[in-house]
Amino acid sequence: MKTNQVSNAFLPFLAPMLAIVAALIVGAFLIALTGVNPLHAYTILFRESLANYYGIGNTLTKMAPLLLTASGVLVGLRAGQLNIGGEGQIHMGGLGAALVGLYVHGLPMWIHIPLALIGGFLLGAIWGGIAGYLKAFRGVNEVITTLLLNYIALNIISYLVQRPMIEPGAASPFTPIISDSAKLPILMPGGLAHAGIFIGLIATMVLGWLFRRSPLGYQIEVVGQNPTAARYAGMSVSRTIMFVMALAGGLAGLAGAGEVMGLKHRLFETISPGYGYEAVAIALLSRGSFTGVIFTSLFFGALRSGANVLQREAGIPFTIVYAIQGLTVLFIAISLAVESNLLHRVSLRMNRLKPAGVKL
Amino acid sequence: MALNLGLLAISGTQTANHPIALVDYLVASLRLSVPIALAALGGLWSERSGVINIGLEGMLLSGAFAGAIGALFTNNVWVGMVCAIAAGGLIGLLHAYLCVTLRVNQLVSGLAINLLAVGLTSFFVRLLFKEGTTPRLPDVPIIGIPILQNIPIVGSLLFHQDVIFYSLLLLIILSTYILFFTGHGLAIRAVGEYPKAADASGINVAWVRYISVAASGCLAGLGGAYLTLGHVKFFTENISAGKGFIALAALIFGRWHPVKTVLACLLFGAGDALQLRIQALDIDIPYQFLTMLPYCIALMALIGLAGKSAPPAALGIPYMKESSGR
Repeated sequence: MKTNQVSNAFLPFLAPMLAIVAALIVGAFLIALTGVNPLHAYTILFRESLANYYGIGNTLTKMAPLLLTASGVLVGLRAGQLNIGGEGQIHMGGLGAALVGLYVHGLPMWIHIPLALIGGFLLGAIWGGIAGYLKAFRGVNEVITTLLLNYIALNIISYLVQRPMIEPGAASPFTPIISDSAKLPILMPGGLAHAGIFIGLIATMVLGWLFRRSPLGYQIEVVGQNPTAARYAGMSVSRTIMFVMALAGGLAGLAGAGEVMGLKHRLFETISPGYGYEAVAIALLSRGSFTGVIFTSLFFGALRSGANVLQREAGIPFTIVYAIQGLTVLFIAISLAVESNLLHRVSLRMNRLKPAGVKL
Repeated sequence: MALNLGLLAISGTQTANHPIALVDYLVASLRLSVPIALAALGGLWSERSGVINIGLEGMLLSGAFAGAIGALFTNNVWVGMVCAIAAGGLIGLLHAYLCVTLRVNQLVSGLAINLLAVGLTSFFVRLLFKEGTTPRLPDVPIIGIPILQNIPIVGSLLFHQDVIFYSLLLLIILSTYILFFTGHGLAIRAVGEYPKAADASGINVAWVRYISVAASGCLAGLGGAYLTLGHVKFFTENISAGKGFIALAALIFGRWHPVKTVLACLLFGAGDALQLRIQALDIDIPYQFLTMLPYCIALMALIGLAGKSAPPAALGIPYMKESSGR
């Protein structure tokens, strides 16, 4: 039954696929409003993001932070936590990496890079951990705390790069460039793509393994699906939730570290143009699958990377991409709900087929 | 951006003497509170009926956009306001459809609405205006209430305002009255607390939630209209800048009661005005600390109130009739 297995593996992605197609169709109508042939626009979008040297590099560059942050969100979702704080965590991670990259000197690359990454992971983890602590031990809803923490983080970064960390004589608020020994290697000569994408892929695969094979992954899963059962089994629900939120924050922190160490080489106010929110969409789209996160991040990264060319070559506002993203999330939400309602109806029908007298 | 708003909020009072400066500060605080308060009242209606509404931010933004566009193309602020309310209401209906009919996770639905609102408004504003910002919008007329407006301080604060401000006052009273002193309000609260019992007593849970969430959108949409038409007089990308989330925090802070919630909004507005003022007066306090103040207050409020502030019991839980399929 080989074919059956294949179709089973694809089935969970059917609804998200349909949602993406639907979003692209509505997007086509929006593009038509600008007077450009949608097919032409989508051709540019595809060519400039996935089918030429610089485009691919650009896409990988955008994909790296999305992949890391979305993996973090997915870890949270597995434990029943919705982390909307990616944006703040990315910025705090960028700060961690910038601190190590700027103020620690004289290290060889093979120590400096990991150290800066750890710095980024740690600050991100602290930021996520705060929300985790508040949820686990004080019962404060993580959705709202992570949102509020975003704004607090952005202001902290804004203050730091405008005052204590600013480059002397800088034209706009940014820090000096980090040490060469803390810069991530560039993957494709002449392009932007940096080693951050590998960090993302490795992290995602390790997480996938963690959830398939390890007791820790199993524990997170149980806490997410049935906290009461987890408690009976002797698992600490609060500690698991706090750990998960810190891990999610740490992964987003790595994303920020990658932006600073691989792409911008310094810290400034908006190192993330909304990756944190997009990551939530990606994680939801991926239906709990880490493999799914890789492909969805690629899709969203490609959209972003093609967007600027779209504006330059076809005169379509690059914000069309945000519209398509919003539509995608909307249709995903609808498709998943319709699907689960269908399944519910099917299971009701099954129940009615049971012989009378059977206790449900 | 923040600086721009600051200058607008202050409108040239640096040289003024103290009493006038104080009045101006209070006026600025009020102006910054109005959109938050309208959004928070919106959140109140939705959440009292049991539907979480983190989409307030998107509804506010859509209202701001629709209000600006409507007013600009007809050169009539009233049309703008109607457009804003309608846009908010439509998005409210979308949220209700997703949450009530399809039983989508309410947080996910709200998030989708926020992303969609940012995406569509920033696309259309760039499609219509190359720079992503509208030209100056027509004014909402200021109506002074005779005699009352001459009372020192209070007069210019409360009785020399525009229609949206007066409707806010009216809506606070109306919301309190409807929710706590009428049968309809009882039905809404019952649906939010214990939908099963409400259903058993003959209340149509889905219908009540639809109405409440749509009303929520209308209110947030009007808040958006105040943001663009009443306050800054233009629309620019993402002009709501997190005000919808602050409204949500105010709602929790105000324990889901209209009057307390609006008072919490005033607190946030006053913090925001203080921040803008200090920034504009070039006082040597890093303005970022003040900008983050409302968010810190909100966070502290959440921590302090956790466990004490009880949300409607059925908040966030989709309701499913137990008739096992006909």
